Amino acid sequence: MDLLNYAFMQRALLAAVLVGITAPAVGIYLVQRRQALMGDGIGHVAMTGVGLGFLLSTSPVWMATAVSVLGTVLMELIRWYGRTRGDIALAMLFYGGMAGGVMLINVAGGSSANLVSYLFGSLSTVSPSDVTAICVLAAFVLLVTLGLRRQLFAVSQDEEFARVTGLPVRALNLLTAVTAAVTVTVAMRVVGLLLVSALMVVPVAAAQQLTRSFTVTFVIAVAIGVAVTVSGTVTSFYQDVPPGATIVLLTIATFMALTALATPLARRRARAAAAAQPAGDPAECSIPAARAAGEEAGV
Amino acid sequence: MTSEPVVALRGVTAELGARPVLRGIDLTVGRGEVVALLGANGSGKSTAIRTIIGQVPASGGTVELFGTPRRSFRDWARVGYVPQRTTAAGGVPATVAEIVSSGRLSRTRFGVFRKADREAVRHALELVGLADRAKDSVTALSGGQHQRVLIARALVAEPELLIMDEPMAGVDLASQEVLARTLRQQVEVGTTVLLVLHELGPLEPLIDRAVVLRDGCVLHDGPPPQAVGQHALPGHDHVHPHAPEGAEPIRTGLLS
Repeated sequence: MDLLNYAFMQRALLAAVLVGITAPAVGIYLVQRRQALMGDGIGHVAMTGVGLGFLLSTSPVWMATAVSVLGTVLMELIRWYGRTRGDIALAMLFYGGMAGGVMLINVAGGSSANLVSYLFGSLSTVSPSDVTAICVLAAFVLLVTLGLRRQLFAVSQDEEFARVTGLPVRALNLLTAVTAAVTVTVAMRVVGLLLVSALMVVPVAAAQQLTRSFTVTFVIAVAIGVAVTVSGTVTSFYQDVPPGATIVLLTIATFMALTALATPLARRRARAAAAAQPAGDPAECSIPAARAAGEEAGV
Repeated sequence: MTSEPVVALRGVTAELGARPVLRGIDLTVGRGEVVALLGANGSGKSTAIRTIIGQVPASGGTVELFGTPRRSFRDWARVGYVPQRTTAAGGVPATVAEIVSSGRLSRTRFGVFRKADREAVRHALELVGLADRAKDSVTALSGGQHQRVLIARALVAEPELLIMDEPMAGVDLASQEVLARTLRQQVEVGTTVLLVLHELGPLEPLIDRAVVLRDGCVLHDGPPPQAVGQHALPGHDHVHPHAPEGAEPIRTGLLS
């Protein structure tokens, strides 16, 4: 493994592993609450943070974290209060965030190469200070997604019911959103802001093809996440292709492969379930012969 | 009934958007009582339930649970809630046991499950006759079984008050019987029950009192309306004699 001789590749691989773990770990709750595209919106908003980081010559990762956390808090507030025009307000937030970022980078004198590396990910740009930031942020994400898994499961499954179990529903919603924002900035360096959402959603969707329980879906989604980010990063190194695109295409390929695998599995399960049906409770419809005949006669 | 009511609504008003849905509702449920909330679609039954659990804010009046104003009520483990749902499934696969477990959170500290909690989940599933399906995905269940999962999720915290929003809607006959039996067991051990129903149906013998809503007002509060003659036919929407003069009877078309 000669690629491990390069310090930048060691950093990139470490970042890739952390992204592979954290993105599906948060993504599963977003998918569960049917907000699969939220990560995409956060990615757009984070762009303004990157731009600010350039302009103020501070770490883009920390700045992107700050801005995307602020952005998601705003999104949650819009979700609470702005009922009718909520989607339009969100659209303005997303595209305003993206446009603001592009503008700020331009004002700061950054090149379009800089921009592209944030939008689509880049291996060579993961700096030692980025690695520190990514480790700290990933630790936070794991603490929340694993430590509060029962609470987040309950709130994401049925918000109304969760309220009656006394859970602080709004606080937990906010925490989910903030954790998703943090994950976006963890993933930003390797996968890029425009593709990060795919890594939150597709491994979960792929895992669901095989699973029946939430816990197992969580474990398999994270396993898929790590497998694709590491193999994507390695491929990117040897073939000189962009890491973000490679990782996302690999994830989608995994999804398609598992879907193809799962179809016969689902059929077998259905057959097993039909066989397990107690006698006298047929799985298929059958009209009692006498009644069917009587009805025909009546018509 | 006994001392303090378990649920007490006084002059409660609520709006959905700009439309007034509740226009000054009084409703009390005493300890151990089984109260059915009846009324046509849009009469405010579900909204009344939702002001009790805090899902819909009451714009006027007071809501009390166990003698505490709802805003400062924290003892949610005493309340079991069955929302109106056609499915228990979310966007990610989950087993029956996982979903029922989420109802136990109010009895745990920081969501850490102990042996007693796992035992409670098993017991709640036995109550609704789904113990053998604990490890199955909810998506593999029938509509009636989904409803049983939701009820097990409410029962798993061993609540003193059970609030159910149309638990019989879209439920097959076999599941209706299981639900009626489960509810009877709960009532026998002294659980207070407040449930929204479209018609009394198989639960009728359990119900102590019926509160009928119409256009956001209480129309009748007393013994459950007795269905007689044609009115007793299944599918007939009952119109109580207390209805104001000239009230349009609700016709189902089944008898014409």
